[in-house]
Amino acid sequence: MTELLRPHAEQLFADELAALERVDDRPRPPQWRLSPWAVTTYVLGGEADGVTITPKYVGRRRLIELAVATLATDRALLLLGVPGTAKTWLSEHLAAAISGDSTLIVQGTAGTPEESLRYGWNYARLLAEGPTRDALVPGPVFRAMEGGKLARVEELTRIPSDVQDALITILSEKALPIPELDDEVQAVQGFNVIATANDRDRGVNELSSAMRRRFNTVVLPLPDSADEEVEIVRLRLDSIGQTLELPPATSALEEIRRVVTIFRELRSGVTEDGRTKLKSPSGTLSTAEAISVVTNGLALATHFGDGELSPEDVAGGLTGAVVQDPVADRVVWQEYLEAVVRERDGWGALYRACRAL
Amino acid sequence: MTHTVFGIRHHGPGSARTLERALHQLEPDTILIEGPPEADALLTLASDTDMAPPVALLAYVPDRPGTAAFWPFARFSPEWRAILYARERDIPVRFNDLPAANSLVQERRRRGKVQDDPLGALAEIAGHGDAERWWDDVVESQREGLGAFEALIEAMEALREAFPDEDPREEQREASMRQQIRKAIKDGASNIAVVCGAWHAPALTQLGPAAPDARTLKGLPKVKVAMTWVPWTYGLLARESGYGAGVDSPAWYDQLFDTDDEPVPRWLARAARLLRAEGLDASAAQVVDATRLATALAGIRNRPLAGLDELLDATRSVLCFGSELPLKIVREELVVGHRLGEVPEDTPMVPLQQDVSRLQRRLRLKPDAQPKEITLDLRKENDRERSRLLHRLNVLDVHWGEPTEARGLGTFKEAWHLEWQPSLAVDLIHAGRWGTTVEDAAGARARAAAKDQDSVAALATLADAVLLADLPAALAAVLQALADLAALDRDTADLMAAVPPLAGILRYGDVRGSDTSAVAGVLRGIVLRSAVGLPGAGVGGDEQTGTKLAELVDGVNSALAILEDPDLTRAWRESLRRVSAGDRLPGTLAGRATRLLHDTGELTSTDVANAMARALSPGEEPERGASWIEGFIGTSGLVLVHDPELLKVLDDWIDAVGPDAFTNVLPLLRRAFSVLPAGERRRLGERLKRGAQAAPEEQAPIDLDRARPALETVARLLTCQ
Repeated sequence: MTELLRPHAEQLFADELAALERVDDRPRPPQWRLSPWAVTTYVLGGEADGVTITPKYVGRRRLIELAVATLATDRALLLLGVPGTAKTWLSEHLAAAISGDSTLIVQGTAGTPEESLRYGWNYARLLAEGPTRDALVPGPVFRAMEGGKLARVEELTRIPSDVQDALITILSEKALPIPELDDEVQAVQGFNVIATANDRDRGVNELSSAMRRRFNTVVLPLPDSADEEVEIVRLRLDSIGQTLELPPATSALEEIRRVVTIFRELRSGVTEDGRTKLKSPSGTLSTAEAISVVTNGLALATHFGDGELSPEDVAGGLTGAVVQDPVADRVVWQEYLEAVVRERDGWGALYRACRAL
Repeated sequence: MTHTVFGIRHHGPGSARTLERALHQLEPDTILIEGPPEADALLTLASDTDMAPPVALLAYVPDRPGTAAFWPFARFSPEWRAILYARERDIPVRFNDLPAANSLVQERRRRGKVQDDPLGALAEIAGHGDAERWWDDVVESQREGLGAFEALIEAMEALREAFPDEDPREEQREASMRQQIRKAIKDGASNIAVVCGAWHAPALTQLGPAAPDARTLKGLPKVKVAMTWVPWTYGLLARESGYGAGVDSPAWYDQLFDTDDEPVPRWLARAARLLRAEGLDASAAQVVDATRLATALAGIRNRPLAGLDELLDATRSVLCFGSELPLKIVREELVVGHRLGEVPEDTPMVPLQQDVSRLQRRLRLKPDAQPKEITLDLRKENDRERSRLLHRLNVLDVHWGEPTEARGLGTFKEAWHLEWQPSLAVDLIHAGRWGTTVEDAAGARARAAAKDQDSVAALATLADAVLLADLPAALAAVLQALADLAALDRDTADLMAAVPPLAGILRYGDVRGSDTSAVAGVLRGIVLRSAVGLPGAGVGGDEQTGTKLAELVDGVNSALAILEDPDLTRAWRESLRRVSAGDRLPGTLAGRATRLLHDTGELTSTDVANAMARALSPGEEPERGASWIEGFIGTSGLVLVHDPELLKVLDDWIDAVGPDAFTNVLPLLRRAFSVLPAGERRRLGERLKRGAQAAPEEQAPIDLDRARPALETVARLLTCQ
């Protein structure tokens, strides 16, 4: 298994799941590998049968309890949040812990066809035999229904609305009609859907109210503290940097901290010291974007500068990330520069670099 | 047994229901309730038809208006149910706690969490997140009355042993309660019901010898105390009060008290109705799903029943689609609630009323139904205090005096129109919940208003009112709210409207000797934000918007002179420059900006002439050109009469206009000048007729010696502010 670039959660944490399964004596919903309590422990960390359960998600316990309870009630779960809030990560681990299988996944894109949510056909057989059950190629959701497992739909809001609607019958009737065969597949107990969606991205296909009603929504928040976020950015940068042959990010820690601070402040609408309120721009300003601003800056510094990440290197990327709407966001950004950046000790170079753009 | 002790949970609806049942079983001949005995006489008012809880007993020291304590009661408070039961049966009911006369002099200490809400602590030990749901689970489901309380006393005994309360005050209170029970027995009662907080119950079951209690209570310091009922609100009940901790969720308890079956779906259904009334999607199917989620959640959390925590989580996730915003509506309405209490008319006066009458006597300002005009001289101590009183009452929404325009009186004078209407007494009673003195109450009211306000301009006006009312502590809160809101406000017009009142505070604040330094900081922030936002604010706006903005720009511009901050002035002028050059902005605004820049010398006459030519050129909409001129001249032609240079710019430009273009421009100019009063137009005409040769009037050499006294006086006038 070691040669795999990225093993699935159920492979990577097989011992932890097995240990939990051994000690778990609480009632389990039908087809669940673990009880809701054990699933919560698996995600948040703890100890079972002498095995340390590593925490998979660092954050509020309440949210995980809500997510697990939702799946136990056979309502579908919608994980909502800006990019980089561990939605996909969490959905993978929930599926691994509950069904022991996190691979029944539909990746939502603008081009996701209805077949991937329902079923497709093996055309050679279809032509030879006509529509038969053997000629039918079940999709991931189809297989999850048959096996009583969790299906995962990634980036639900990127899927075109008409394709999204294919989920409605599945979620409310728990059945998938196959009109070509005058047949249907009925979901076995234990089937459910975990969807993830991005709630601040522009240009997505807003969920219809019919869809929304079939999901329980859990909003995953951004990291709570600046230190936590700086650490996430640094770790990600180090791994990205290796492939791009950029210098290690540690040398630029101060600049990273500044970018993260700016992002956090604009996002939350208040300065870190809590004394000045600010307007928030229209963009997301997620941790993922902070990472890209610094990567950009590092690339600039390496290839065009002296190799040291300087304020001039990040200013361009920073302005681009904040000012998404040329009118409203520019006002927000200028106000922020004048009222906050200018006043801060040691931020003069950044202020000048941003003003000069 | 001559007495039975009922240990209740303050404001616990479950306790209240069980207590009602137990009282019907017991049929006592006297009821004693935890509360200050001074209020015994007020108990008759409780059953008055005009009495509507939530209400609170208020104890205060008449000569020390700041010292006061409240004992609030909701309709679901067990104490309130006991009072009503006694009044219905017409049996004696009295309070038996330590008299307020003693308790008000003592320093109040915070009690521990267990001592404060022992039943809540028990619930927590049993794994419940919501103490009332625990009561439902353990007590209410048994449908017991008397039996429930006996079991509770045992539980409390165990708790008291584990968490002893060493506060001597608690010992005094319990001694006092025991003494009152003894007294009731001596008076011939044979079946007494004692209603007290569960914590005290074990201490009251066995009376023991009276002597130690008498010793404990002997020689306690005391003050003279008066009591009355005041209207209360659920919002206030959710805060800390006379009983120590208040309850977090009055509206939820209110519902629990009304119906004890199926509280979870009932509450969720109400939440759905509320969301529907706000125009949000909330179907019955969702209520079903939310109920199931709440139950499942309670299961995962190892709680036998779903409580408020689970309800809120389920509501957020199912009914609000994960959003906090609609949840806030639900929280305000169904967790805290908006119920406002009422007290009967013959309730004794509240201390605020007394404070007002005391001040009226002292300041010789009689309440009179006859309207009256008075003028106050703020340099006199007495008049200053009068002004302060009237302003503070206005902050409290008790509109006794109305400030009237006092033109020509200078900043030391203030004119008022006074009229005391009988309804003001009612307003005062309502204002009584804010505090016991005019100063405290006005301060609290202003702070609360600052929190609710969402317009910067309205907050600035409030800040002005607070400053006039001389409430320094509240001023800080209002300014903080103002700074916060200004940062978020995207409406530049609203921001700019806030500038003149704030500038007024800076200019006149020191007449009253108030500290206005914080205002300057806030004002600076607002001007900066206005400067950033102004060029974008008017884009695409019609001329009406433009005229409004132009007026606001004038206000900000004159405020800048007070601030004297070069950085701000630079930012503001830069902004005006962009406005002046902005062809997509309403003409009035652009014209105004050009004029202001010209006045400060930023734009030379040539620049102005160019701008004017551009605004009135054939490619421009004629409407806009006319508005531009209007904005440039402003509403007064006098400036043109007295500013030869400005007039010359205008004149030169007209000279330069070619014959064909002139035909186009003429109607626009005519329209712009038609706004000016006829007299001014005539003087303007005369001035132009005299022509350039008469231009700079000959100035006679000034005899400095003769002019010195006049100049000195003028200099003093200019610097004295």
